Amino acid sequence: MRLRIRYARLGKVRFTSHRDVARIWERALRRTELPVAYSAGFSPRPKLAFGLALPTGAESVAEYLDVELAGAGPVPDELPDRLSAALPAGLDVLAVAPLEAGADSLQHAVTSCTWTVEVLDLDADRAESLVAAALAAGTLVVTRQRKGKAVTDDLRPALLALGVNGPTPAGVELHAELSTQPRGVRTSELLAALDPGLQEGLVRRTHQWIQRDDGRVEPLPLERLPGTVGAHTSRVAERVS
Amino acid sequence: MTSLWPRLEPLLPHVQKPARYIGCEDGAVTPEHGPGKVAWLLVYPDTYEIGLPNQGLQILYEILNERPDAVAERSYAPWTDLEAKLRERGIPLFSVDTHRAAGEFDVLAFNLSAELVYTNLLNCIDLAGVPVRAADRAPEHPIVVAGGHCTFNPEPVADFIDAAVIGDGEEVVSEITERVREWKAGGRTPGSRQRLLRDLASVPGVYVPSMYEPVYDGERLVAIEPRFPDVPERVEKRTIADLGDWPYPKRQLVPLTEVVHDRLNVEVFRGCTRGCRFCQAGMITRPVRERPADQVRTMVLDGLRRTGYDEVSLTSLSSADFSGIEGVVADVVDQPAGCGNVSISLPSLRVDAFTVGIASQIQRARRTGLTFAPEAGTWRMRQIINKLIREEDLYGAVESAYSQGWRRVKLYFMTGLPSETDQDTLGIAELARNVVAIGRRHNKHASATVSVGGFVPKPHTPFQWFGQNTAAELHRKVGLLRDELRRERGVQLKWHDPKASLAEGIASRGDRRVGAAIEHVWRHGGTFQEWSEHFDLGLWEEAMAANGLSIDWYVHRHRTEDEVLPWDHISAGLHKDFLWQDWQDALHELGVEDCRWTPCYDCGVCTGYSIEHVVASPVPPAGGSQGTGQDLATGGERPAHLLGTRAVPVTIGARPA
Repeated sequence: MRLRIRYARLGKVRFTSHRDVARIWERALRRTELPVAYSAGFSPRPKLAFGLALPTGAESVAEYLDVELAGAGPVPDELPDRLSAALPAGLDVLAVAPLEAGADSLQHAVTSCTWTVEVLDLDADRAESLVAAALAAGTLVVTRQRKGKAVTDDLRPALLALGVNGPTPAGVELHAELSTQPRGVRTSELLAALDPGLQEGLVRRTHQWIQRDDGRVEPLPLERLPGTVGAHTSRVAERVS
Repeated sequence: MTSLWPRLEPLLPHVQKPARYIGCEDGAVTPEHGPGKVAWLLVYPDTYEIGLPNQGLQILYEILNERPDAVAERSYAPWTDLEAKLRERGIPLFSVDTHRAAGEFDVLAFNLSAELVYTNLLNCIDLAGVPVRAADRAPEHPIVVAGGHCTFNPEPVADFIDAAVIGDGEEVVSEITERVREWKAGGRTPGSRQRLLRDLASVPGVYVPSMYEPVYDGERLVAIEPRFPDVPERVEKRTIADLGDWPYPKRQLVPLTEVVHDRLNVEVFRGCTRGCRFCQAGMITRPVRERPADQVRTMVLDGLRRTGYDEVSLTSLSSADFSGIEGVVADVVDQPAGCGNVSISLPSLRVDAFTVGIASQIQRARRTGLTFAPEAGTWRMRQIINKLIREEDLYGAVESAYSQGWRRVKLYFMTGLPSETDQDTLGIAELARNVVAIGRRHNKHASATVSVGGFVPKPHTPFQWFGQNTAAELHRKVGLLRDELRRERGVQLKWHDPKASLAEGIASRGDRRVGAAIEHVWRHGGTFQEWSEHFDLGLWEEAMAANGLSIDWYVHRHRTEDEVLPWDHISAGLHKDFLWQDWQDALHELGVEDCRWTPCYDCGVCTGYSIEHVVASPVPPAGGSQGTGQDLATGGERPAHLLGTRAVPVTIGARPA
């Protein structure tokens, strides 16, 4: 049986890396004594599948992890809280649900992510005009380093939505939906395309999306899971909306 | 107090590995500071990845935070990228627990585990906003204390610390706390700092450098004299009698980011009496104090359950010597937590105590790396260093390992040992070749990694009188091995930079005058000298020359029996004449037995401190040990083409005529 877990990464713990978080999860699952399935061989590893890497320093309320269990059975109501208690402060489990057999892996299924991006020292009016210009543009060309070579990319096809949320104490907050396929576009690349002088502040992933013929869905929406959101997570859930 | 976090947070997206500055570890505390509480900042003057796992620091962190009149937080040296940003913005060194400024603590306590961190010690003091020289400090500044193995020769850092703790810290931190608490309660009035330091000088195990005056005759050190009658002439080390009374750390810190030794660590014993003559740790931590086996089991099982680690290391200076080690290993492997996938590592394995039994137990879980330390390439050399392991012991151990499925073993050696000849150095290559040949009987891809370090003589050891090989000589010897092993595909040779060994040698046996050179290196940007990308021998050479100090005199010169050594006023309990006799025995290629299983030869420690070995088993481990249970007459088997060679006549370190 596979479980899909949705969790948040907020506060100081956002400075951990994707690899750090993977190790933290392995230890947390052992601490909760969940019967995780292990790979065979000389060096058995727990069977965990993480979704798209979150950049070091970014927050998120939409991180996902699939865990394969050695047996089947109902998901206990208190599991999110038990897992949160075994995780460091700032990593909080928002929802847990069994995954139907044959479901696509997170890496394959997710097609886009929604982000909030704080831009430092920028006022809302200027932000609005940058956003309008980007949405009106036919191409948004950026240059990035790849294997030591400069590569140019057009980000416009990957920019699915962009808007201004409003001012923050240090600048202005934007929201953007960026495609993850064929590759995940970073928010820093988007800012560079808007204006190379922009400085990125706090970044938060708010949603991951799976595009289907009948519309887009989240890998594990929060509202579908009454009863599994504990006191610990409802506080976090407030920050989702 | 104010947390520095709001000022730090915007910097972290722009530095490497920011997770090392956030704290948040499982096991970390958020202590409540208060006027009646002595606030300790425990600083490891190297990066978080190196410093976090340090068990000594974690033990004191817990002991202090358990006291109602103390709080303790932790700090680590910020990497150069963050340091530049801190200095640019005037942000001081901070604790990772509550991000409080270092200058707000009452005590800055540094762990000195290696000499090359001395410049980082100065850098951290400076980053804390505290004058680097103790003499320049005022009532508002914290007391700067140092502990760890390096403080057994505190003289090179004497000008920068207010006090050093010699030996085990478990008890003495409380005694220091009580005195600092009174100082704090008294309002830190002008002049009170001096009174506190003088008071601390009378605490057993505490050395206050400013209470002592070095006396020189030309370049020779003649004495280090107490300035006041109530200051003891010699500072005796502290030793906890029974490790079972100190089951720490009870809540080992679990870091969020990758660190060295990232696993559960349980100290199974402290001290070692194998008597290896190069080994400072073994000499200064006597006697052997084993933790009760039941306590080891409890600490391992509780620790695994609490932390979620799937690897545990049973730590000590020679873990295979722990009484009943096989039983403990079997119990750990069989325990239910961790889905039966708990692996065990035993650092510092002696080849004569490593058996098929241990090998087969360890490999039932995940297989961890195996490192053996024969230390020297020939039996003659191993008699000189008193590491009496025979070639057949080594071959037996690697046979056990390869036959149980290991494909690679690591072998650790030193070069530049007393009276070493090129044949001795080349013996390393011969052993390595033979080890791989044994491995190939079990696996055609068998290999061995050979690490060679340049020997740096250490204070309080029988080799403290020996003149260290020059960097050029060490380099030449490494070259011999490299040429010899060039065609040997199964052997991978690694070596420690001989230049770094030279700088280590300056700091290791230096006296108080060397402090000026350390300060010079630091002032010229020489931090993180343990890191090859930052190490700069040129800076050290320049610093020594600028202060009129001779590297040759400090590092390469053989000392004489009558010479006053800079650490003679610091006592590890060892009689100086015992060490001298052991040095003479070394040069005559005579070994001594391990006294935990054989009669006392009166090194001075147990008798001097009225303490004893705490060892559960009355007999040495299977495979024999250090002259007991072994037929040493067979030890002389050497690689055939080396037979007939003989050491150079012994002329080193003799009393001048």
